Amino acid sequence: MLAFVLRRLAQSVAVLLTVGVVAFFMFRYVGDPINAMVGQDTSLQERDELRQKLGLNDPAPIQFLRFIGNAAQGKFGLSYRTSEPVGRMILERMPATLELSFCAAMFSLLVGVPMGVYTGLYPRHWSSKLLQAVSLIGVSLPTFLVGILLILVFAVFLRLLPSFGRGETVDIGWWSTNFLTTKGLLALIMPSITLGLFQLTLIMRLVRSEMLEVMRTDFIKFARARGLSNRAINFGHALKNTLVPVITIAGLQLGAIIAFAVVTETVFAWPGMGQLFIQSVQFADIPVMAAYLMLIAFLFVVINVIVDLLYFLVDPRLRSQGGAARVSGH
Amino acid sequence: MTAGSNQTPLLEVRNLRVEFPTRRGTLVAVDDVSFSIAPGEVLGVVGESGAGKSLTGAAIIGLLEPPGRIAGGEVLLEGERIDNLPYERMRRIRGARIGAIFQDPLTSLNPLYSIGRQLVETIQTHLPLSAAEARKRAIDLLKEVGIPAAESRIDHYPHQFSGGMRQRVVIALALCANPRLIVADEPTTALDVSIQAQIIALLKRLCREHGTAVMLVTHDMGVIAETADRVAVMYAGRLAEIGPVRDVVKNASHPYTRGLMGSIPSLGVRSERLTQIDGAMPRLTAIPTGCAFNPRCPEAGQRCTVERPDLMPAGVTRAACWLYAPGGVGAALTREAANA
Ligand SMILES: Nc1ncnc2c1ncn2[C@@H]1O[C@H](COP(=O)(O)OP(=O)(O)O)[C@@H](O)[C@H]1O
Ligand code: SF4
Ligand SMILES: [Mg+2]
Repeated sequence: MLAFVLRRLAQSVAVLLTVGVVAFFMFRYVGDPINAMVGQDTSLQERDELRQKLGLNDPAPIQFLRFIGNAAQGKFGLSYRTSEPVGRMILERMPATLELSFCAAMFSLLVGVPMGVYTGLYPRHWSSKLLQAVSLIGVSLPTFLVGILLILVFAVFLRLLPSFGRGETVDIGWWSTNFLTTKGLLALIMPSITLGLFQLTLIMRLVRSEMLEVMRTDFIKFARARGLSNRAINFGHALKNTLVPVITIAGLQLGAIIAFAVVTETVFAWPGMGQLFIQSVQFADIPVMAAYLMLIAFLFVVINVIVDLLYFLVDPRLRSQGGAARVSGH
Repeated sequence: MTAGSNQTPLLEVRNLRVEFPTRRGTLVAVDDVSFSIAPGEVLGVVGESGAGKSLTGAAIIGLLEPPGRIAGGEVLLEGERIDNLPYERMRRIRGARIGAIFQDPLTSLNPLYSIGRQLVETIQTHLPLSAAEARKRAIDLLKEVGIPAAESRIDHYPHQFSGGMRQRVVIALALCANPRLIVADEPTTALDVSIQAQIIALLKRLCREHGTAVMLVTHDMGVIAETADRVAVMYAGRLAEIGPVRDVVKNASHPYTRGLMGSIPSLGVRSERLTQIDGAMPRLTAIPTGCAFNPRCPEAGQRCTVERPDLMPAGVTRAACWLYAPGGVGAALTREAANA
């Protein structure tokens, strides 16, 4: 188990270093950072001085090490656009994105898993077929369209929900939260649905097909022969056996939700990291883009490690590998 | 019946018919099967693969998988009809009054739950015991089926047991609520030959001690000869012969049974192909008219191709064969004519 954790950590570091290389090359060689920072009328000499001061004349490996060292401390330099420290800009935007992603993930799990269980248990019922059809639409509609349709119906026609922004937020230390005001909570609804809808349908379909498979296994047949109640069979024996693939996909999708928050944040003018990223792209604000890239990679790696640890909780066969020996005998 | 016909049988199956509706018409997989099992009796059920043995067992415990369904006949447990019970009432009978054991112990247990948890949940489903009492009963059951160090092994997971040990756990699970009848569908087929005899001996001993009756489905004629009180022989979804084990094995009346018993392998030797008889059992889509066995039967006569024989007294056993009817099989057929 310890060996496994160490191996996973080594892999994670390797992944982060690789992303670091990509981010560094973006940072250093896509466009000229000096051009981005100074005005049209800056003289060549002033440009060279600035170049020297920022260390842009040092050999590439030195620059890379400096970049990684700073990144590890959360220092990503100054934004080309606002001249603010990039680390602080991202930190300010992070609560908005993480809260939105959390709600979207909860929405997709809390609705997707029961829907998957239901359609898996009663595949022939008309309501299951309806859910299946609706979920197909859910997978094929582009996110921005879903967002715009929701805004049209609930903000423009019905005037029930706000169409943009976070509503009211409360600051707890540096973290600003939506969860403590009604307006903040209302503002979360449509963006969360928009962001989580694709994952909801994905999880529903996954749980459904896993349930169908598990229900055919011998141990479910034997559980029936033992006279266990339907509840114990469906939600105990069957659902638990679908968990390993569901945890895998849910983990990966949580990463995807955070990364794809970009689109939703743009549609709903949600002041999160994704919106910041789009603004940076428009201004070729490379430091912000590089930092965002590394942060997303970091989140992916963390989620993956958590997923691996969850496997151990769910599946005793993994836990005892190399542990208790298989006892034979007749 | 050996156990005295005046007693109510524990299980009675009357004219059971199991069908599968398909696009190309209805398949009849179990056709007009009747038999009974007395309390404490072991009924062996033999027949080639596809004869309908498993479906008969599944129909009795009410677990036919759709689209398969009971299309006729009835199943009575201690005189009470159980084939038409609502799901919930039948569920309370399964595990409590009828236990089941399936072929493959490797896949019968949930890999994610400890065996103790699976035993305790089964016990508590059927008996009003506290968690501690149920656990104690689970340990006692494990001891009874011969799991060493039951007190500690109870918290282990299925993958930590060998195949033979897992089948012992499965037997303990079937016995949790002390059912009157166990339907055991080829309980040793998936096991190593060296372990098969032990598991059969265990099953036999436990059922004798608990007074549990068994419907023992198997390919293994050696097991039948050692274990069963009576034997039912199935062919193409129908009963060919039924009677006391010694008579069916040594002194069979039905031509199919005679072929089947032509060579009995010693206990434990597995033989998928039971018979020395030429040809194969018909598919469900092409069951011959008259006696289903007639194309392969060395004794077939004209009557056999047109009229279906019911079970009739044939010496000590009962056989579905015109040889034992007052009129006989009619004019004898050559093989070629019978096949035409
Ligand atoms: N779902 C199904 N659809 C159609 N035919 C089936 C189905 N399940 C079983 N059968 C048929 O029923 C017959 C009897 O099966 P079974 O009871 O499993 O035989 P046995 O246990 O004697 O080997 C077989 O010929 C099989 O093809
Ligand atoms: S009824 Fe005829 S065909 Fe069938 S087993 Fe008897 S003799 Fe053979
Ligand atoms: Mg079978």
